[in-house]
Amino acid sequence: MTNSIREIPASAGYLIIGTNTTENHPVIGSMLKNEVINKGKKLIVADPRRIELARWADYYFPIAPGTNIALLNGLMHVIVKEGLYDRAFVEERCEGFGDLAKTLEKYTPEHVAGICGLANPQDIVGAARLMAGLKPMALYYAMGITQFVSGVNGVKSTANLQMLLGNLGVAGGGVNPLRGQSNVQGACDMGGLPNVFPAYQPVTVEENRAKFAAAWGSGALPDKPGLTLMEMFNQAIAGNIKALYVMGENPVLSDPDQHHVIEALEALDLFVVQDIFMTETARYADVVLPAYGFLEKAGTVTNTERRVQPMHRVLEPWGQSKDDWWIIMQIARRLGADWDYKDAEAIFEEIRRVTPSYAGMTYARLEEELLQWPCPTPEHPGTQFLHKGKFSRGQGLLTAIEFTPPAEGTDPDFPLILTTGRILEHFHTGTMSRNSRVLDELAPEAFVEMNRHDAQDHDIGDGEVVAVSSRRGSIRIKARVVDTIKPGVVFIPFHFAEAAANVLTIGAYDPVAKIPELKVCACAVEKVLPLTDTAGGLS
Amino acid sequence: MPKDAIGPIVQGQGISLTIDGQAVMGNKGQTILEAALAHDIDIPYLCYNPRISKTGACRICLVRVNETMFKTACTEPIAPDMRVVTEDPELTEIRKGILEMLLAEGDHNCLYCDANGACELQNLVMRYDAAMPSGDFPRRHRTIDEASSKGLKRNEDRCVLCGRCVKACAEVQLNNVWQFTGRGGNTHLTSDLDAKIGDSTCVNCGTCAQLCPTGAITLQPVLGRGANWDLKKESSICIYCGVGCKIDFFKNKGGQLVRALGHPDGPNQGHLCVKGRFGFDFIQKPARLSKPLIRENGAFKEATWDEALDFVAARLKEIKAQHGPDAVAALTSAKCTNEDNYLMQKFMRAMVGTNNVDHCARL
Repeated sequence: MTNSIREIPASAGYLIIGTNTTENHPVIGSMLKNEVINKGKKLIVADPRRIELARWADYYFPIAPGTNIALLNGLMHVIVKEGLYDRAFVEERCEGFGDLAKTLEKYTPEHVAGICGLANPQDIVGAARLMAGLKPMALYYAMGITQFVSGVNGVKSTANLQMLLGNLGVAGGGVNPLRGQSNVQGACDMGGLPNVFPAYQPVTVEENRAKFAAAWGSGALPDKPGLTLMEMFNQAIAGNIKALYVMGENPVLSDPDQHHVIEALEALDLFVVQDIFMTETARYADVVLPAYGFLEKAGTVTNTERRVQPMHRVLEPWGQSKDDWWIIMQIARRLGADWDYKDAEAIFEEIRRVTPSYAGMTYARLEEELLQWPCPTPEHPGTQFLHKGKFSRGQGLLTAIEFTPPAEGTDPDFPLILTTGRILEHFHTGTMSRNSRVLDELAPEAFVEMNRHDAQDHDIGDGEVVAVSSRRGSIRIKARVVDTIKPGVVFIPFHFAEAAANVLTIGAYDPVAKIPELKVCACAVEKVLPLTDTAGGLS
Repeated sequence: MPKDAIGPIVQGQGISLTIDGQAVMGNKGQTILEAALAHDIDIPYLCYNPRISKTGACRICLVRVNETMFKTACTEPIAPDMRVVTEDPELTEIRKGILEMLLAEGDHNCLYCDANGACELQNLVMRYDAAMPSGDFPRRHRTIDEASSKGLKRNEDRCVLCGRCVKACAEVQLNNVWQFTGRGGNTHLTSDLDAKIGDSTCVNCGTCAQLCPTGAITLQPVLGRGANWDLKKESSICIYCGVGCKIDFFKNKGGQLVRALGHPDGPNQGHLCVKGRFGFDFIQKPARLSKPLIRENGAFKEATWDEALDFVAARLKEIKAQHGPDAVAALTSAKCTNEDNYLMQKFMRAMVGTNNVDHCARL
């Protein structure tokens, strides 16, 4: 997030696009509801499912999955055409307006309504005018913007809109991606990515490699960016990746096209899994290393608003399990490293030395203060919102972006669009939430959510078991018939191994970020006919 | 309460007053209770909570203002040169009287109450030496519903009608499940339109239970049990989404997790969702991996740490020597700490010699 959670009351309104906030980030969802319901703030929502927040929206756009960019362009079309954008902000702080404006010309409300499947193009005009008057408006998004082959462009479009409206660098504004994992921000900050060292310092820059080689006392560091998660599996099948070491991940359930992932894992010469349970993924391992659970660990995590927080040991370690960093250190030592960290704080002290945005943070400060990166010096108070006065890159770049359709369109064999996501009671692959009694009892089974009209077309009743198929595979799952999902679209939460949505999803990905298109693929839903009594069995 | 909820004295807007003879500075718009709490001056209360709007229902926080007036400290704004007395014989008598009426109205048996030892009513009853008034009071038994919901238990015989739960749901969680219904002595709580909580639109965030000053609304037990005075508390950060809610975890004498309460200093400001509230018992599930395992002839066999680590290191060395460092890849984890992640990427880059390290940021 460019901005902070505690700034939610400072916004005049919100654009919620590609995030089912009240289910996936419920605490933020409640804060948003408080502003809208109790304080009369404005709300615009775009989502193929009529999510809870849509109930209080001034404008709700039930867009077809994968058409975010068209909608955002349509809103910007109106904002530019009617001169509603923040001229001073665009002229002083941004570049690229001319090209963007030209691209936006054809995204008329009617054209956009056609792409997105919206009944009323005038709503786009109304919403654009409303948004222009909200000083400031905060934009929130999640994987409903990014998990597309056009994910990077989707993100850029959100930035375009907020720059046009002058909503960056101000409290209560911002482009605010809601991160879906407790420490996904930190994992990225720490260089858990194939192309960057900690603090996003590219591995391709010689100066960076020299700096880290010196700090680590290592030989020359590799200069070629590594493989992304999806590429690793492709290369394992191709025979180029021989060993894979997985810490705390369950790709068999979380990654698209499950059959493909399993094929890759089976092709490996060495597969090491470090986890707390025998996950669906660990079953394919050669070695399984038991790690501490989160309440057994001390260390730091970084939340969606760049806030670094200390975790404390609540419980004594389970069995012979060990701290993740300890296990890595022990393997490293066997490969010749002289590492001898005595605790997590010793590692954090090293992190501070090589990570400029964390340099000013200490364990002592984190216990006492609310610190958000960048926090470059021990005196620095941390950064509540980014891009104040000036963008990190200098001028804010407005990028002309065209709408491009998802990789897989529907056809007569696969006439529906499948989109995937999470539900309130469960989390990701369910390793934690489905092993928690209350959560498991509240939401014990998978379902496919489908519109009443689609259900009628296929003669499917609520609660009936159906077969959902795509070009990758097929699962059996109970139907949940609702009015809240756009006709032609079905939704399956991906938490449930026994009816895994990712058997169906497509491995297509964004060319830049390599993020898979988990939010759109073509599928078919069929009634599963009860077994007929052809064998003349018992009567 | 967190002092930062009051905030620093705003320049030029400070108001000076005296509380129990002590000179105090407060901000315009602050109530007597807020100004007192900011200066560690204790005024008892039941319906007040810093996370919800002011109610002024319980009258426990009644204070004497400028010698002659009684005001509820939780709703009365401070004024220049105000003189506040928080306790005197008459105030004590009033408070005791209120407490005894609450005791007479409900069925407050601490022996089998979940809130025993962590009950604000119990604390006040002890502080003011209140007792069940003698005499034959008409008592209406109200709803007890301890089974319909997976998340909450409701026993209205322990309710003091403070309204914190109603406001928790209306102002913190924004689900508006709880309401008061009936009038006068018939006033009671209702969830949705007289539905049982388990049948209502409740999303089990548990904020009402966290804010309830008595045992009227409590959390369903998750794993361990234990007397409140035996529980040990430690804070950490929720393992689920990226909001990073700060949670106080309570464990019993046997080391079992008992409950989770939202911590006011986190980004969550004390609030939690159903996952943060109830989704932690997985960590003490017997299915947890407890020993290293190595696959031998297709089946897992338990191994010592040295065996497992030696095996992994030796195989990594062989594969690196035979196929080069880029034949090795690692997935680090958005569920692990910064320190774990840092070390994993350092290991891959410095020790294996490849940038093949990624995690689930894209999923």
